[in-house]
Amino acid sequence: MAEETVSIEEESDLNLSVEDLMYEVPVSRSRGQVVLHPTREQYLETIDKLSDDGFNVCIDITAVDYLEEPERDTPSSIALERFEVVLNLLSHMKKERIRIRVQIPEADPVIPSAFDFFPGTEALEREVFDLFGIEFEGHPDMTRILMPENWNGHPLRKDYDVGEIPVQFKDAPGAG
Amino acid sequence: MLPEQVEDVLMAQKEDIINKDLAARVFRRGEDSAILRMSESEIQAYKPTDDRRMVVNMGPQHPSTHGVLRLSLEMEGESVLRSKPIIGYLHTGMEKTGEQLSYLQGATNVTRMDYSSPLFSELAFSLATEKLLEIEVPERAVWIRMLMCELNRMSSHLLFQATNGMDIGAVGAMIYGWREREEVLRLLEMITGLRMNHNYIRPGGVAADLPDGWRDDTLRILDNLPDRLDDFDGLFTGQPIWHERLQGVGVINAEECLALGVIGPLLRSTGYAWDLRKDMPYLRYDQVEFDVLVGTYGDCFDRFAIRLNEVRESMRIVQQIVEKMPTGDYRIQDKKITPPPRTRIDESMEALIHHFKIFTEGFKVPAGEVYVAVESPRGELGCYIVSDGGPKPYRMHIRGPSFTNLQVLPHMLQNALVADAVAVISTVDPIMGEVDR
Repeated sequence: MAEETVSIEEESDLNLSVEDLMYEVPVSRSRGQVVLHPTREQYLETIDKLSDDGFNVCIDITAVDYLEEPERDTPSSIALERFEVVLNLLSHMKKERIRIRVQIPEADPVIPSAFDFFPGTEALEREVFDLFGIEFEGHPDMTRILMPENWNGHPLRKDYDVGEIPVQFKDAPGAG
Repeated sequence: MLPEQVEDVLMAQKEDIINKDLAARVFRRGEDSAILRMSESEIQAYKPTDDRRMVVNMGPQHPSTHGVLRLSLEMEGESVLRSKPIIGYLHTGMEKTGEQLSYLQGATNVTRMDYSSPLFSELAFSLATEKLLEIEVPERAVWIRMLMCELNRMSSHLLFQATNGMDIGAVGAMIYGWREREEVLRLLEMITGLRMNHNYIRPGGVAADLPDGWRDDTLRILDNLPDRLDDFDGLFTGQPIWHERLQGVGVINAEECLALGVIGPLLRSTGYAWDLRKDMPYLRYDQVEFDVLVGTYGDCFDRFAIRLNEVRESMRIVQQIVEKMPTGDYRIQDKKITPPPRTRIDESMEALIHHFKIFTEGFKVPAGEVYVAVESPRGELGCYIVSDGGPKPYRMHIRGPSFTNLQVLPHMLQNALVADAVAVISTVDPIMGEVDR
């Protein structure tokens, strides 16, 4: 299993000023993996600091809809919202990963795009837009990517039904 | 130079690339005109002002697109100016499906994403689940997983040789590649019961122990394959026609790859050594010896050569695994996760209840979220799982390497001929099942 924890000695290199702050935003550990919790306003600033600090590849962007499960494992200072955008960064020099989780309110599902830092987020952000309806401000091409262009709704939201096709057995009463 | 010195030089090169990349941030908006950034309807309505230009749709049924990839190419004569990959034709909502299935069923779902290297998705999913459960699988299970993954890497790269040859017009390659791949698949079938979509690696270990005779069959493949790989070298690597078609085509550099989040053989073909198996070892890759292969020019030929030689590296690893395979359990003996053995069910009521509970309800996973990545034949395959404490993942996301790799296509295709587009798509080797999920 990939070693993703940061040991105590290394933490001091990561500008650790207060115990639960890293890069000036609240930090938590999830099964040993480092998770940063910036606000939407701090989001780009945090990415900038991280990329200056050697986190040179944006591996993944995704989102989670916490509609049915509002409780979650975050530092107490974070105001919980319905959506969370999750960004995974990787540092090739340090061989470390770091994760950023940003709270996005349901009423205003908008977040700045990380395209200027990592152009590779283009398709990933389009996917999140398509499946969750979270808009990325400043993205050069905010269109649907997986679903058809004229589709209604955002399938990975929890209030979007799975949908089913009723099965009609041949010998069932009422079957033609 | 001493090996340590070589390492230092490579490290310095790497650091240089990263610094350059972060300073320049290559594909800044506006400077970049390789991508045709328009929606599908806009592309349909688009009339270029210059009447020598036109928009051509390649795919989704084009045979070289490995499934259903559609490329909208803006062309001037024979050369491509801007392009855009249009995807989604295979989208079946597998991440949504993953939320409806228990952790035990989840592997069946993810294995259908990248259908030419299914074991890697199963591995990423299982490792993520195990990390959430905070359990360690038995040593033998870990080595079986490694064995299966390396065999799968071989079959996947051999499939690449087949399809790549076919796309470029060397139909012989298709026959050879398919034949070798089938040999490996036969071994996988003997072990897992299925040629593809194995559902073999599951949370808690693997589905079954290695069958009798696995060692002989594996060694037979290792004996036969080197000669066959030399055939590939004879037929392609040294051939002038092959060089003409591939060398200098679809060139990309390391900075561009890093900026676009592209890792795997594509990044290694540019001369940048990054392999999760080596750099952030998972399973027991730190206990086997192998080399990370890198190219020089980042062109189609390098990508072809890297994949061909990675088969040889995988064979080296398989050889070591066969020698080191430990004895013991093939799955964890935790009654909460693993169903009781068949014989116990006849004797004990509790075992029967346990068995029933595990298969109807599934096991519960403590709340939390993790991201775990493995090196698939196409790059980093990651799995992000959020658990709410129930028997089903609250959210299951797979980071498919093919999905991000597709983003390099417009940059590789810019100013290339349309005939080269086929070679470029082919050597990027996207698996559309994983792109669309």
